[in-house]
Amino acid sequence: MRACTLSLLAAAAALALAGCGERPQVINYKQGKYQGKPDTPAYANAPFNGNRQQYENTINTRTQSQNEYVRLRD
Amino acid sequence: MARMKFLCDAERCIECNSCVTACKQEHEIPWGVNRRRVVTLNDGVPGERSISVACMHCSDAPCMAVCPVDCFYKTDDGVVLHDKDLCIGCGYCFYACPFGAPQFPQAGAFGVRGKMDKCTFCAGGPEPDRSAAEFQKYGRNRLAEGKLPACAEMCSTKALLGGDGDVIANIYRDRVTHRGKGGEVWGWATAYKLPAQGGTQPGAAPGGAPGGAPGAAPATPPAGGTKS
Repeated sequence: MRACTLSLLAAAAALALAGCGERPQVINYKQGKYQGKPDTPAYANAPFNGNRQQYENTINTRTQSQNEYVRLRD
Repeated sequence: MARMKFLCDAERCIECNSCVTACKQEHEIPWGVNRRRVVTLNDGVPGERSISVACMHCSDAPCMAVCPVDCFYKTDDGVVLHDKDLCIGCGYCFYACPFGAPQFPQAGAFGVRGKMDKCTFCAGGPEPDRSAAEFQKYGRNRLAEGKLPACAEMCSTKALLGGDGDVIANIYRDRVTHRGKGGEVWGWATAYKLPAQGGTQPGAAPGGAPGGAPGAAPATPPAGGTKS
């Protein structure tokens, strides 16, 4: 009886813990199976020379040029 | 990590097709291929809306899922690209794409399908960045130059926004906060402002609240007037 209760408790605990698991929300189809030539990141060469932070800052600054409310404010 | 996205503001798009033209000019796209198109709903009917459509660089891209030769890949920026050397031009991605983004140049006497061509978010392809080979196959790599897609940067009304999804979402949110939404941004009252109390002429002073008087009833357009 005790063994049965313990196994039931263990099963319940396993079931409850399974709910805490995080599964990816987006399916990555065939992840890593790209068959073509490898590509380099956009920031790999000049003018960024591998500086990812500089690349992202440049892009985000440039993106703000699409926001005319930034320009209209004083 | 940036997740590059396009966002088209249907309240601003005036169907000028400058995004289409900018794309074709920037990448020297051949006849018959349109990486970007402007779609108009209820064309000619008051309240019509236009939206600029190209590859949306889906997070869960169906073209990647169905490609039989696995020629698609996704960059660190979340841009969906493909290798034309590997593409067999089967057109399966065209069936899978809900936006009709994949394009197939008509090559040969019998109009057989060429290699698939689509919007690259101006990020080129798997050739050396900014090389002649990359330009010939995929067009210009503006991201590697620190620039955004030509279509978004050329948009005259800034209806088409391109860039990191979080950043352009903030720009759009800021815009909607200022101008209002729905009927508040469309029609005579918004374009020419409501006459102020006391019979002042329409036309607000510069720096006035954009979007007209929030919550006010729209003014009646003159006879034979504008679309509402």
